[in-house]
Amino acid sequence: MPAVVVNNIVKTYGKKKETTALHGISFETAPGELFGLIGPDGAGKTSLFRILTTLLLADSGTASVNGLEVVKDYKAIRRKVGYMPGRFSLYPDLSVEENLNFFATIFNTSIEENYDLIRDIYVQIEPFKKRRAGKLSGGMKQKLALSCALIHRPDVLFLDEPTTGVDAVSRKEFWEMLKGLKAQGISILVSTPYMDEAALCDRVALLQNGKILSVNTPAGIVDDFAWPLLAVKATSMLPLLHHIEKFEGAVNAYPFGEFHHVVMKPGSTAVQLQQFLEHKGHAGLIVKEAKPGIEDCFIAYMKN
Amino acid sequence: MPADKVILVEGLTKRFGDFTAVDHISFEVSRGEIFGFLGANGAGKTTAMRMLCGLSMPSSGKARVAGFDIYKENEKIKKNIGYMSQKFSLYDDLTVKENMRFYGGIYGKSDVFIKDKTKTILEQLHLTAEGDKLVGSLPLGWKQKLAFSVAIFHEPEIVFLDEPTGGVDPVTRREFWNLIYEASASGITVFVTTHYMDEAEYCKRVSIMVDGRIDALDTPANLKLILGAESMDEVFLKLARKATRVES
Repeated sequence: MPAVVVNNIVKTYGKKKETTALHGISFETAPGELFGLIGPDGAGKTSLFRILTTLLLADSGTASVNGLEVVKDYKAIRRKVGYMPGRFSLYPDLSVEENLNFFATIFNTSIEENYDLIRDIYVQIEPFKKRRAGKLSGGMKQKLALSCALIHRPDVLFLDEPTTGVDAVSRKEFWEMLKGLKAQGISILVSTPYMDEAALCDRVALLQNGKILSVNTPAGIVDDFAWPLLAVKATSMLPLLHHIEKFEGAVNAYPFGEFHHVVMKPGSTAVQLQQFLEHKGHAGLIVKEAKPGIEDCFIAYMKN
Repeated sequence: MPADKVILVEGLTKRFGDFTAVDHISFEVSRGEIFGFLGANGAGKTTAMRMLCGLSMPSSGKARVAGFDIYKENEKIKKNIGYMSQKFSLYDDLTVKENMRFYGGIYGKSDVFIKDKTKTILEQLHLTAEGDKLVGSLPLGWKQKLAFSVAIFHEPEIVFLDEPTGGVDPVTRREFWNLIYEASASGITVFVTTHYMDEAEYCKRVSIMVDGRIDALDTPANLKLILGAESMDEVFLKLARKATRVES
């Protein structure tokens, strides 16, 4: 049985349904899978999470979590899932320990009963267990929220942008924690606007403006990138980009870290681009083949 | 102060009780430079930025921003800088033009200036047709680009950008950086924080804060060379992992 099934879900907002957040999207996630929803703000990630956690009704379409239907079986789903919303959603005036106890009690369990599941995460904040949740730093709030979402040992965990606004080091740590949870058999649906985090998921759906651009493994998405890709660098990067845009053999060019990435038409070669740019007088020119990443693929989907 | 240095910081320190949030930081930023201000959560970036914007008094140290002393002339600093963050930017329930009139008015600009500048910006962003639309109705990507243009509406010496591209799609993120390049070329100094390490590459120089101190400050190319790293991501991880301060 799949962990999550989303079948042609449509969600609109507004009196006249003038804003469409989800345009009939469909996908399935497997049990124990770490599945990523990758997309910028406004892609529809939070609407989808709220529908799957039975907090919001879709206009049409069906969805289920562990075989339970989101409308009919909403009470059963609520007992079986953990949900960490994008905004810090704990009680700021309760201490770390009180928050955790509260959520355990609500689900008729205790911290002791499921401590093994949260141990690796909770030990990092345990020294501060008497501190009010509202006084915690961002990274610590995130760890507490994750502990609270796990304390009833859910079958499926929903994490809405857990790493947004979090620095690169804490983000890496967070993904390590997710790997640990996956190893314990929990199915995870996680959303992120950071394209580089897609590589850490088993499979991902790329989402933009309420539509799915692609569902695949990270490697599969990259393999689907159909064009030759070059990385180009020179002393003056901005004029370089303007010149590349004038090169007829290029489909698209954009800054990518210390290089510009150039998507080439089939048949156009690096040598042709090199000669074109040398002719424009660029110093320190480097033109080399590049491997596309998820972000290159996302940009390509957006341009088509 | 040398005319081309628009930010001069020497031994700047901020203590909260017995906690030193910013610990004797020193650096200079040149006119028109794009300066990346990086650090892990809790490293002291926001506290440092608040002092430079004249919003928080230092415990010790010296700093001049846009030619003004941060102790005695912080009101003058506020008039000569722009600020934008992902969280706070424009008023959703005002139109595009109303937002510009509001910000122009706050900074004491004349009606003629506001009118001309509004026209220029709308043309530059290809938003002329949307001038009378509520900002709340615009797509997020447009809003962020508009927010940046409004932050430099009054032609400040320096613009402070606090994670301006968080959550923005990869195409818009790059368009946003084009606006930053244009502002820099027109002489506006850009002081920017980001969690996207590829964006650190777009800065002329980058500083990395660890535990309240500036641990490294150089061009991205030199930082990679010094630390033997392939990418800025690796540079950041190597430095930030040294942090011993417990997040509090």
